Amino acid sequence: MAVISVENLTHTYSAGTPFEQTAIRDVSVTLTQGESIFVLGHTGSGKSTFVQHLNALLQPTRGTVRIDGEDINKDKISRRDVKRRVGLVFQYPEYQLFEETVAEDIAFGPKNMKLSKEEINERVREAAGFVGVEESLFSRSPLELSGGQKRRVAIAGVIAMRPEVLILDEPTAGLDPIGSRTIMENIRNYREKSGATVLVVSHNMDDAARYCERLIVFDHGSIRMDGTPEQVFAHTEELMDVGLNVPKAAEIAAALRKRGVPLEGAVFTHDQLLRALRRAGEVTSC
Amino acid sequence: MLKDITLGQYFPGDTVVHRLDPRTKLILVVLYIIALFNAKGWGAYLLVLAVTVICMAVSRIHPRNIFKGLKPMLFIIALTALLNIFYTQGTPIREGWIITWEGIERAVKMMLRITLLIVGTFLLTYTTSPMALTDGLELLLKPLNRLKVPVHEMTLMMSMALRFIPTLIEETDKIMSAQKARGADFETGNLIERAKALLPILVPLFVSAFRRADELAVAMESRCYHGGEGRTRMKQLRFCTRDFIALILGAVFTAAVFVMKHFGL
Repeated sequence: MAVISVENLTHTYSAGTPFEQTAIRDVSVTLTQGESIFVLGHTGSGKSTFVQHLNALLQPTRGTVRIDGEDINKDKISRRDVKRRVGLVFQYPEYQLFEETVAEDIAFGPKNMKLSKEEINERVREAAGFVGVEESLFSRSPLELSGGQKRRVAIAGVIAMRPEVLILDEPTAGLDPIGSRTIMENIRNYREKSGATVLVVSHNMDDAARYCERLIVFDHGSIRMDGTPEQVFAHTEELMDVGLNVPKAAEIAAALRKRGVPLEGAVFTHDQLLRALRRAGEVTSC
Repeated sequence: MLKDITLGQYFPGDTVVHRLDPRTKLILVVLYIIALFNAKGWGAYLLVLAVTVICMAVSRIHPRNIFKGLKPMLFIIALTALLNIFYTQGTPIREGWIITWEGIERAVKMMLRITLLIVGTFLLTYTTSPMALTDGLELLLKPLNRLKVPVHEMTLMMSMALRFIPTLIEETDKIMSAQKARGADFETGNLIERAKALLPILVPLFVSAFRRADELAVAMESRCYHGGEGRTRMKQLRFCTRDFIALILGAVFTAAVFVMKHFGL
């Protein structure tokens, strides 16, 4: 069980220079094992800074980050170990590929964990399976693959470390709709099979509505909202206020309600919209 | 963090020094260096030191930033001082010692000279944006065009290089973080292990640098860039009264140092 608890986290970049900038201010939050979380927020709201604290890539200016009650910044060793438990996939992770073959690149993480050869091979195969990278690609150079394939190889490189918490910073940025959907399905698949906590940083409200159980909304370096999609999407205006949107389905539902179509219940996914419309149709036809 | 490198970094501001024409500042730095290297006696050194301190105060650059920039140079400064202490002939400070009074004096002067040289050039880069600097340089070097020196191309290359230093530093930072997240270790191990550990940074960095260069070339060509001929600029540089005043003051300062040298001060 990996429980991450963040207390009063504050981070200031370039402290003490004219470029000083506080990216996040006094953030406290707890993430429990197996949760599927989306972190939302406009550009510069501090969400990327926040996730880089969860595996000790950034050290807090003030505050603590604990995993299972232990401070991850206690010493060098705990800072290193937490990177194996909390896997972080950066934005545009395909730019970090460097090995000669796909298989070797996926194996980079496990190799750094000093695992045996058989164990590494098994993990590479397993991770590639999760993201749908076929074994026929294993001996190719990662630089000759297509954009979507590169992205999946890079994600596999982190999954191969079998993290208990998987964090992805805008995993679908710059991909076409099919590519994005495949990646989101791959991530869901990994969570269901491994029981890991998954945290996705995103702008995409439709993905948020479809793939997560909990939403955390960042605004100007602090948490503005934290709750289930139902709770968060009920506050359309507040979301607009922080420069975000509501899912397409919720937007359509709101427009229909305005014109007098009686839709029942919370509507923010396509399925919910369809169901609500059918019910509304039955009501009016009788 | 890599981002905190101060060497030659521009600090935006709105002082007289910031507003001077970059050409003026470049000429002033040249005059300053000429003066510095012609200062012989303590009087001349004091004058240069005083002028430097006044310029620092006027440009409102925090001394802390100056010291931060000096840090990487400390070793060279210390080494020069040491060599001068031990390798100067003269009267020993004590019977039988190698260290001479002349040696100590020269060491102090050398230290002062190098420090002032660095601080003076820092004032230029701290108060002038890289773009203004290369613009000024291009205009100053324009006469060399007659000698078939490709001044425009050279300064364009320089400004691009300067422009991309922060981008590449940021990129390196990002790639390092990404590889660290995959368990890469850059801090332990022997020299060979550490050199090997750099590979996961260098390969992606080069790949992206070439990609960027390619994109930049396409972007420039699609905006009809075809070299410096007949090109106008958005920000025309113009000498103002303050530039003339600054240049006159600079000339007086340099002349004063030469006069002091003549009288052995």
